[in-house]
Amino acid sequence: MNLHEYQAKSLFRDYGMPVPAGIVATTAKEAETAAAELSTERVVVKAQVHAGGRGKAGGVKLVNSPEEASEVAATLLGTRLVTFQTDANGQPVNSVLVEETCEIGRELYLGAVLDRAARRITIMASTEGGMEIEKVAAETPEKIHKTRINPIVGLMPYQGRELAFALGLEGAQVKQFGQLLAGLARLFKEKDLSLLEINPLVVTTGGDLLCLDGKINIDGSALYRHPDLVAMRDKSQEDPREIRAAEWDLNYVALDGNIGCMVNGAGLAMATMDIIKLQGGEPANFLDVGGSATAERVAEALKIILSDDKVKGILVNIFGGIVRCDLIAEGIIAAVKEVHIDVPVVVRLEGNHAAEGAALLEQSDVSLISASDLTDAANKIVAAVGAAS
Amino acid sequence: MSVLVNKETKVICQGFTGKQGTFHSRQAIEYGTQMVGGVTPGKGGQTHLDLPVFNTVKDAVAETGADASVIYVPAPFCKDSIIEAAEAGIELIVCITEGIPALDMLEAKMVVDSLGLRLIGPNCPGIITPGECKIGIMPGLIHQPGKVGVVSRSGTLTYECVKQTSDPGYGQSTCIGIGGDPIPGMSFIDALALFEADPQTEAILMVGEIGGTAEEEAAEFIQSEVSKPVTAYIAGVTAPKGKRMGHAGAIIAGGKGTAEEKFAALEKAGVHTVRSPALLGQGVAKATGW
Repeated sequence: MNLHEYQAKSLFRDYGMPVPAGIVATTAKEAETAAAELSTERVVVKAQVHAGGRGKAGGVKLVNSPEEASEVAATLLGTRLVTFQTDANGQPVNSVLVEETCEIGRELYLGAVLDRAARRITIMASTEGGMEIEKVAAETPEKIHKTRINPIVGLMPYQGRELAFALGLEGAQVKQFGQLLAGLARLFKEKDLSLLEINPLVVTTGGDLLCLDGKINIDGSALYRHPDLVAMRDKSQEDPREIRAAEWDLNYVALDGNIGCMVNGAGLAMATMDIIKLQGGEPANFLDVGGSATAERVAEALKIILSDDKVKGILVNIFGGIVRCDLIAEGIIAAVKEVHIDVPVVVRLEGNHAAEGAALLEQSDVSLISASDLTDAANKIVAAVGAAS
Repeated sequence: MSVLVNKETKVICQGFTGKQGTFHSRQAIEYGTQMVGGVTPGKGGQTHLDLPVFNTVKDAVAETGADASVIYVPAPFCKDSIIEAAEAGIELIVCITEGIPALDMLEAKMVVDSLGLRLIGPNCPGIITPGECKIGIMPGLIHQPGKVGVVSRSGTLTYECVKQTSDPGYGQSTCIGIGGDPIPGMSFIDALALFEADPQTEAILMVGEIGGTAEEEAAEFIQSEVSKPVTAYIAGVTAPKGKRMGHAGAIIAGGKGTAEEKFAALEKAGVHTVRSPALLGQGVAKATGW
């Protein structure tokens, strides 16, 4: 789950990490009042969307008066911001963060990730703040300093000093950085984050550290123990079909093609998308119906697939492990009758009671195309969709 | 021979009397797995599926001499269950449960590793040595004793591997589902090392997916340490960036972990790769000359 910048910064504040004073606004009027309340004359108005690259896309503006803040907020609110990280539709701007400005001396980068290869939380710091960190890592890896947190003992103070000196901080800044890093490490662990980024972390001309931006991803598997974070979820930033699928314990991801897929198992679902592409088609979605595919869930999955009007055909690929293919077949038949599907549907059933399942499909009065193996299934759906269009 | 489990392996189940624990333990017993008991706190002294129930893993180990445990407890309690099994000295811990917080796994894995034990999973189908021992949720029937070692991050794709190596009669020595989480217990490398050392295993079939760098690390290991023919498939060539594809670990983050990078690393290491999940069995045939 992702957070908005203003939500990330409120967590930073809770953990003693310095952030600029700021107020969230959902109307132009609120933005104007916010700008008037803040102590700096110049303020920044930042669109709150779940995507990076907001600055270049026109989602971050410096303004010199409350009136100007109101004007900028009015142009942003209610629109969709398209950045290099979003799709062509962009993300809806429902709120803006109005924030105090500061005099920037240097821009640094500070981030932490769940490092899969190292099996640790790894903290990364760089003098190249404001840049895309992937680019810095690729072009000048020596400018990224890393330290890993031992899961048992947690962050040690020396790790803060080490990074602070590597970043060229001096005097009181070293201690300030150590405190900031301790807060960051505590936040990461206590809130079950998978990623935290401060880009840039600035050193003001007065010599103080300030988190100018904030990005947080939370481990979805840990949300059950963080009701406070669940309350921060902004569903307007997510695909409505994905939300609906999640309510049925289905994993759905929308793609750009025209062949809908319904598969059991995440790996097999990806493999099914790949083989469609390999046979010359384009998958419209990833959909994992999971291990316990009941008739009800199969019907719901078909409805979600069909709610995408790009879909011109559906491939059902089930490898029955514990679930029996004859029960799945009954589910598919019931679902097809209920949903009134007018696009071709190819079904491949394999594994547990596959022959009985195939026989049921054969005997039913719904029109389905049955397939004997994966390649056959992909070829048949690609041909059926090709013939239809 | 085979790896990790055989007909001598004594298995207990944590979460034994729950719905999942009961269903899959019954299937395991029917398959011929030497199940010796189970653990459900508060139900110690009872009998379930004709086997003794214990309050703690420590009690179960003392009474039954169990050397493997399979965990079906709900995700919020898995860190505790894994560490309980590890500290009771269980040599092979198999955690089937999906949805365990990643930071819980960092800590659990550190404990398991520090004791020199093995953890398979979480979020995996488990491990099976066909005809001898089935620990997990895979359908026993499709397996056949034989000579291909299978290791995979995905459950149903493992079943494809099994079917495609059973149909031509190659069979499997052991199949290990390492699971789809970002912090798994056993890695590809651990499984590859075991298969390389196992005389029954003549060829290895590995299935990876997008996300992380486990396949790239495996490629390096294969180049220097594996002499047996390896066939590999990676799922997710068409997966978009930044989207979690079902498994918590299957996500292309920061442009890293794409299927193409993984295919390239494996091919560079001399692995025979297949681009279609329908060609897993044929891939093994090509790599081995069978």
